[in-house]
Amino acid sequence: MTLLISATTMGLILALLALGVYLSFRIFNFPDITADGSITLGAAVTATLLVHHFSPVMATVLGCGAGALAGMTTGILHTKFKINGLLSGILVMTALYSVNLHVMGRSNIPLLSESTLLSQMESIGSTWFHLDSELDIIGWTVGLRDASMLLGIFVLVVFLGAALYLFFQTNFGTAMRATGDNPQMIRALGVSVDFVIIVGLAVSNGLIALAGSLLAQYQGFADVQMGIGMVVWGLASVIIGEALVGSSRLSLLITGTIMGSVLFRLLVAIALRWGLNPNDLKFITATFVFISLIAPALLRKIKPVTTPSAPKA
Amino acid sequence: MLEICNLTQTFHPNTPNEVLALRDVSLRLEKGSFLIIIGTNGSGKSTLLNAVAGTFIPDSGGITLAGQQITRWPEHRRAKLIGRVFQNPFSGTAPNMSIAENLALATRRGQRRGLGWALNSTMRDSLRDRIRSLNMGLENRIDNPIGTLSGGQRQALTLLMASWLKPDLLLLDEHTAALDPKTADQVIRLTHEIVTRDNLTTLMVTHSMQQAVHLGNRIVMMHRGQILHDLQGGERRRVRPEDLLKRFDEVRRREQLDPNVAEMLQRNYV
Repeated sequence: MTLLISATTMGLILALLALGVYLSFRIFNFPDITADGSITLGAAVTATLLVHHFSPVMATVLGCGAGALAGMTTGILHTKFKINGLLSGILVMTALYSVNLHVMGRSNIPLLSESTLLSQMESIGSTWFHLDSELDIIGWTVGLRDASMLLGIFVLVVFLGAALYLFFQTNFGTAMRATGDNPQMIRALGVSVDFVIIVGLAVSNGLIALAGSLLAQYQGFADVQMGIGMVVWGLASVIIGEALVGSSRLSLLITGTIMGSVLFRLLVAIALRWGLNPNDLKFITATFVFISLIAPALLRKIKPVTTPSAPKA
Repeated sequence: MLEICNLTQTFHPNTPNEVLALRDVSLRLEKGSFLIIIGTNGSGKSTLLNAVAGTFIPDSGGITLAGQQITRWPEHRRAKLIGRVFQNPFSGTAPNMSIAENLALATRRGQRRGLGWALNSTMRDSLRDRIRSLNMGLENRIDNPIGTLSGGQRQALTLLMASWLKPDLLLLDEHTAALDPKTADQVIRLTHEIVTRDNLTTLMVTHSMQQAVHLGNRIVMMHRGQILHDLQGGERRRVRPEDLLKRFDEVRRREQLDPNVAEMLQRNYV
């Protein structure tokens, strides 16, 4: 039970990463791999501030803000200096490695004795439920700490998912979606595509850094290596989410992305429990994304086309 | 209203692909006039339109619109003054967004976009009313993705979007060229309706002599990056499609001579 709860919590935290990746990859069609650096940046900034006894809320918000700045940098490199999108992300991600080391001052910061956002959730939980350390849910004994962290993260992720959905219904949000869908059209309607991309990447990497910040507080340490392969992880969640909801409705896609992240994390936890070598995890994730990317084209080739569809420009 | 002064543009300069797209083009357009630009392929008519739209910044020359010098303005800034319909019906709309969302984007052309709701019930009602006036039965489908519509329907909606906030200048770049004849007629009728109703200053590029003769109140014929003929007033009213075709033939005949010789001949004999 503890395993399932911790995998779900982890999945929910990484859902913020998946939402960030969804924003850059799906809304903008922008392969932004700044994420590998910005998730660590969020963790690094938050951990460093916590060690210096900043309030956990403050440390988390600043971690998120640092990620937004990193995203802005990628956006500026791409739009103002006309550097290829993928390369802009690689440049910022590489530079962030050094930045992260400087922020932390060493390669790993343990947070075991610090007061974090998650330990605060635990104390809120114990005052609300008037319980000491264990909770009884339909016969299962659940650690109060685990339950209140899961609940807290769940509320936060649902809130942010809803906020993202509502943002996409605003004047600026619809302009952002149109920027990814048809830049020529939205430019002709008076929107600076450059500006929207910069803001969009800031929001995306802000979410990703927030995931990093929460991840560090949840697992009790920040490590300079923790970001490696995170883009692919996020992309896998997005793809699972799309398969789960099978719809192009935005509300469902956002929900699906969150569910996809949790499901992916649960599958991984189960696979690890069954004896999967953790070293193979990134290889399997990459293979999974590879297969999901080529599967639609393969299926179309195998299935004979019954009705010729109209050509699309 | 629109004033184009000595506009010159060379693409790919100093390469084998060098193209003198515009050579010292000047043009004045009065408020409310509807100018049709015709010309052979590569004559520079679309380039002229794009220069006004701001797709590129010209090598030299100036463009003034509604009393403002817009020559160096980026494309999105000019959108405050200009509404555009493209040749490709897919260019003017965002395919994965709904009809209502696309139109809502157009209702704020050139304005600040904040965090207010893009759509509310008043907005939806007014969108539905305007869409109903197209008589295409789209008013009940305003929440469908616009990518599911036909090219003609999308072009009609793009026209509606471009003219929603009466633009100081409407640019139509062969906007019926990719449509079947019947749909093209429909879109042309709609164009006429909108331009006349709102008295819009319009610049339209077309390949169709029929459209050139039946729409608008002035015809400019371009060739090799220059304005060859400018038909206005009585001359414009008398012109028939055959006359325009004859002028194209003249151009073609002259083309067979060396351009310099042709110029000399024209100077001496015409």
